[in-house]
Amino acid sequence: MSAPQQFKYITKKRRVREDRRFVTGKGRFAADFKFPGMLHIAMVASPFACAKINSIDSSPALELPGVHYVLTGVELAANINPLLSGLDLPDVKRLPLANGRARYAGEWVAAVVADTRHIAEDAAELVAIDYEMLDFVIDPEEALQDTAPVVHPENGSNIFFDKTWTWGDVEGDFAKAEHTLALQAKWSRSSTVPIETFAVTASWDEGREMLDIWASIQMPKYPEQIARALQIPVTSVNVHFDVDVGGSYGLKRGIRQTVIVAYLTKKLQRPVRFIEDRLENMAGGEMHGPDRVFDMEVAYDEQGIMESLKITATDDCGCYPGRAPLQLGKPVSAIVGPYRIKSARYHARSVSTNKTSQEAVRGFGQAPTNFAIETVVDRIASTLNISREEVRRRNLIRSEEFPWRIPSGSEYDSGDYHAVLDKLMRAADWDKLIEKRNSFRNDGKLAGLGLSTCLEPSGGNSSFEPLFNPKNDTTTWMESCLIKVDMLGGICAMMGTSSSGQGHETLLAVSIAEVLERDPDSIRAIHSESVGALPSNSPVGSRMAIMLGGAAAGAAKKIKNQVIAIAAHNFQLPEDRLVYEGGDVYVKGDTERCLRWEQLVDIAHRQYHNMPIGSEPGLQAQHTWEVPTGGAMPKEDGTVQMYPCYAFEAHIPLITIDPGTGQVQIHDYYIGHDCGTVINPDIVRGMTFGGIAHGIGAALYEKFQYDESGQLQAGTFMDYLLPSAHEIPAVEMIKHHTPSPLTEFGQKGSGESGYLGAPAAIASAVNDALAPLGKSIATLPMRVRDLEELLNS
Amino acid sequence: MSKNSVHITVNGTAYKREIEPRLTLVDFLRDELDLTGTHVGCEHGVCGACSVIMDGRPVRSCLIYAVMADGHDFVTVEGLGSKDGSLSPIQDAFWENHAMQCGYCTPGMLIACHHLLEENPDPTEEEIREAIGGNLCRCTGYQQIVEAVKIAAQKIHGVNL
Amino acid sequence: MKAASFDYIRAKSIDEVCSALNQGDGEAQIIAGGQTLIPLMAMRMSRPQTLVDINDIEELRGIEVAEKVAMIKAGTRQADVLSSIEIRNNLPILSEALGHVGHTQTRNRGTIGGSLVAADPSSEICLIAQLLDATMIAKSTAGTRSIPANQFFDSAMVTSLKDGECLMEIDFPIWNQKRTGFGFHETSIRDSDYALAAASAQIAIGGNNKCERVHLAVGGATPSPLRLNEVETALIGSVLDDSVIDDAVSLIPNLLEPQSDVHASAEYRRRVTCVLAARAIRDARDRAQGKFS
Ligand SMILES: Cc1cc2nc3c(=O)[nH]c(=O)nc-3n(C[C@H](O)[C@H](O)[C@H](O)COP(=O)(O)OP(=O)(O)OC[C@H]3O[C@@H](n4cnc5c(N)ncnc54)[C@H](O)[C@@H]3O)c2cc1C
Ligand code: FES
Ligand code: FES
Repeated sequence: MSAPQQFKYITKKRRVREDRRFVTGKGRFAADFKFPGMLHIAMVASPFACAKINSIDSSPALELPGVHYVLTGVELAANINPLLSGLDLPDVKRLPLANGRARYAGEWVAAVVADTRHIAEDAAELVAIDYEMLDFVIDPEEALQDTAPVVHPENGSNIFFDKTWTWGDVEGDFAKAEHTLALQAKWSRSSTVPIETFAVTASWDEGREMLDIWASIQMPKYPEQIARALQIPVTSVNVHFDVDVGGSYGLKRGIRQTVIVAYLTKKLQRPVRFIEDRLENMAGGEMHGPDRVFDMEVAYDEQGIMESLKITATDDCGCYPGRAPLQLGKPVSAIVGPYRIKSARYHARSVSTNKTSQEAVRGFGQAPTNFAIETVVDRIASTLNISREEVRRRNLIRSEEFPWRIPSGSEYDSGDYHAVLDKLMRAADWDKLIEKRNSFRNDGKLAGLGLSTCLEPSGGNSSFEPLFNPKNDTTTWMESCLIKVDMLGGICAMMGTSSSGQGHETLLAVSIAEVLERDPDSIRAIHSESVGALPSNSPVGSRMAIMLGGAAAGAAKKIKNQVIAIAAHNFQLPEDRLVYEGGDVYVKGDTERCLRWEQLVDIAHRQYHNMPIGSEPGLQAQHTWEVPTGGAMPKEDGTVQMYPCYAFEAHIPLITIDPGTGQVQIHDYYIGHDCGTVINPDIVRGMTFGGIAHGIGAALYEKFQYDESGQLQAGTFMDYLLPSAHEIPAVEMIKHHTPSPLTEFGQKGSGESGYLGAPAAIASAVNDALAPLGKSIATLPMRVRDLEELLNS
Repeated sequence: MSKNSVHITVNGTAYKREIEPRLTLVDFLRDELDLTGTHVGCEHGVCGACSVIMDGRPVRSCLIYAVMADGHDFVTVEGLGSKDGSLSPIQDAFWENHAMQCGYCTPGMLIACHHLLEENPDPTEEEIREAIGGNLCRCTGYQQIVEAVKIAAQKIHGVNL
Repeated sequence: MKAASFDYIRAKSIDEVCSALNQGDGEAQIIAGGQTLIPLMAMRMSRPQTLVDINDIEELRGIEVAEKVAMIKAGTRQADVLSSIEIRNNLPILSEALGHVGHTQTRNRGTIGGSLVAADPSSEICLIAQLLDATMIAKSTAGTRSIPANQFFDSAMVTSLKDGECLMEIDFPIWNQKRTGFGFHETSIRDSDYALAAASAQIAIGGNNKCERVHLAVGGATPSPLRLNEVETALIGSVLDDSVIDDAVSLIPNLLEPQSDVHASAEYRRRVTCVLAARAIRDARDRAQGKFS
């Protein structure tokens, strides 16, 4: 392996520049933008799980002073194109407002526009809707039955997607295996639930023929989707990407909301704002996450070596497909986890029910899959009576084996899983933890130590799109950066997307600083408006450190080359006689003969006579980068290279369960983490701790529960329980750095770290605690009630 | 319905407005006074994003009607630093330790932590977690926030010694 | 999530409150800390026509501790009661319970009276009022009356307070026996959530180590907090070793008719109430014997 790169700025502690505005209350979030004449929206939501909308009488609402308009689904449907679906389901039309039929309780049926949000809510109560209740289906197993009510009768069935891939000789491997086991693992409907709901303001400027949008958005190809829906050119949609987004973690796709306000601002010729309140957000915001049942089968030998894996994943997608079913696709990139499994079968099913829709959630389906795989690994350990860490050691891909191609076609770039696991076990002092666990047990508590080892595929490309929809031949998922050096030598870098806490401004500044050897604090990074922006695919798929960092470094290198060329021309020397240092260029061995950065920039901007013949005046460069290893369609056999880089993490939590009440307490938490070169250590720590907290929520507390009548029972923060500082323990992070050979600085992604392994680790700990009683549980979340009931069963 | 007049002091500045009684304090701060640093996360008292200091104590501004605030004194995130733009120790520690990601919960967190340090210059880990227990953060897992409070406490101590 | 319109009166005296409520004809409602009422109004589950704000009324605020009773004015903030040394010394169980009520920020606004009138099944303050046989003193234009706790809580969110009545004061009896101890346990999902089940006990131990006096009440599980006299009877006069306690709490399942909701089933609440009651009794015993660890 090559010696680690030495960096000047990268890997070093550095204040995150975005933070200054946040600590002073000067962040600019979508709800902070106000415009003269701005109108406000409140939604009218269906109270029924499924109902025909016979008529809507808006007149009582319109009589209220201050009310401007009531938009119905019928009007909107007649004037826009349906929203894009990730699947090939031409008969399932997704519209921002229910049109003729409401398909889940909480679905938005009409939008009321008024002078204030207060009046809009008053008026929303007055919109008289004649509903006719229809049969509905809530349980996905039931939805698969022939007799079940069909959510979209036009589609003929509740199945949105159903496909099986077999990679390698699965049947052969199972037939030959010494052992097999099967289990079911369930991941319940939860989500990222940012503290900021979705908010969007749109303003149509008739003079510029421009739709300006300020939104809390994290959506690839957002301007294009708005333009398509509204049937206007993309050049007439200007998304202000400099709006700070109050958390997203994949979720804030707000296309329905945006199309509604955009339609209304054009129609009413006034700025229109919609800020979801928490009730609208939870029940009708279409922001729930994966809701999955895994039927797992594994073939393994007496040593616990896994040979082959069969996975059936049945996902309750809710009402509309959107991009959500593709969350069954991304896990194909790491379908066997970090293990040397030779063959795999994957049966992915997406089922519709009368619930609100799913949206992309941190990890895009990988965290549930990791949980299911880890449950299998733990089960092998307990069945063979081999320790959980030993089973993992025997199965983990070894460092010398990279790049490693998994059966589904992805090649893992690099890693040293054993080193990370060993480091972690040493730092956590596993034996001491076992002693501590046992002393809890001696005190009459149930205590358990958990372990999980898993991957974070990062650098997102979208190969799951063609895999899931043959009509979609997208093979690039590029990212861009434009760098502009002004006449006085200032550097400004532009990205074409918004940020929701990832610190992209810091990322750009540091990546460029590293290449150009300039002080990162002197580099400004901005979020371009969409009309002027280069192509971007937004910060999804744990990709920005890799892709935006790579694009920035690429653009910076072009700047550096230009500067060197200018110097070479002025010294009349070949470039290899020159040294670039900190922006200045001097002659090798003669530092007196030097052109300073300011002089070189000045030549570029003003002294064309001193520029190399035929060169472009000014000093600017752009770089648009294709995802490394990306760019190909899936092969006939369904193998495909998905994400390029694979970060690794291993978790160890120590928990106790109160046997009388089912309450879980986490006493210790350790994570071993390897995301290659760390660009900013504070950002990676934060992402990891936050991901763990989010994973603990999914493992123990959070669930969008529906009752039998199809009503959402967790529609407020009193019922949907985000963990607080009391529930989340202090975490110790043990770092390891195996650079990726595919990226500029060796970095991998870390935007989903922690979340990908925490639920599995907590489940592992809970089951370790239950083991002395001979009990086990494989359904998340493992709530107090579930655990207490299990203990008393 | 009727409008009521409200006189309140925020960050040392006195304001007077005529408002509807149903306007919550957080909407008042944001919409009437353009103090948008205070955020809204739930409007039903759970998330703490709207925290402000009222007469020296942290409260949730979504659970007070602005009319009830008449005659009272408030500090919001905009009032934590000095007038010259320099940061307070807790603001600076949050920045130094990256005690945030998206920054949405940050103003409420700062209010809770600022108050804690006023009451308790050297809080334990447990006391810090108790003080921020009513403020939800979805980004950080709280760890860098807890660390930042310790850093700030040390800084304040350092200055006092 | 914006409230429906209402009129607002900031009252300066209890009499003004009473007359405003009287004129409101059932459509006027007191607002104290607003920590329960404002969320309900935001969701439009409550829509009073007039809010009568009692926060400015000095006579509704304060704590006075006499030999046998702690008198807490209804408008006293939960935070002020929690930080009161006198309450901690004389009614430690109330201080303990208050630590479980919401967060610092809600306690800085929420009042003792507001919690009692809101009568949430899980309310810790209601539980302690029931446990100790507190007396509520209420006033209306018709006069003043005292309501014992066992006649105050009607059902979930409903009290026997009449339209037009303002709760003025709550009197919590203080036990003067030297060897008195309390126990309080609750289970909530997150640390600061409303309790799924809660139990509280106060015990006085005599010279012979026998239980001389005992009160036991449970909350969260039932629509209103419940005194468990049958269990008390089973404990009184005995030396409270663990087997006596276990026998006594085994009566509990039959005494409860718990409710199910999204967070816990009735069966969960029934079982866990027993567990918590036993823990509360044990803690009370240990404290009374000076052995609490
Ligand atoms: C996030 C959060 C968490 C919470 N957690 C808990 C918890 O764990 N345990 C718990 O018990 N509570 C909890 N609460 C509720 C909190 O304790 C409330 O403060 C309390 O229940 C109500 O007191 P208040 O003074 O705010 O009353 P308000 O909300 O002002 O009023 C409540 C009701 O009482 C009436 N009222 C108030 N005062 C009087 C009076 N003097 N005379 C007659 N009627 C009156 C009002 O008309 C209204 O009907 C929580 C609240 C929040 C927002
Ligand atoms: S907005 Fe006030 S607590 Fe959430
Ligand atoms: S920093 Fe994003 S919610 Fe706390």
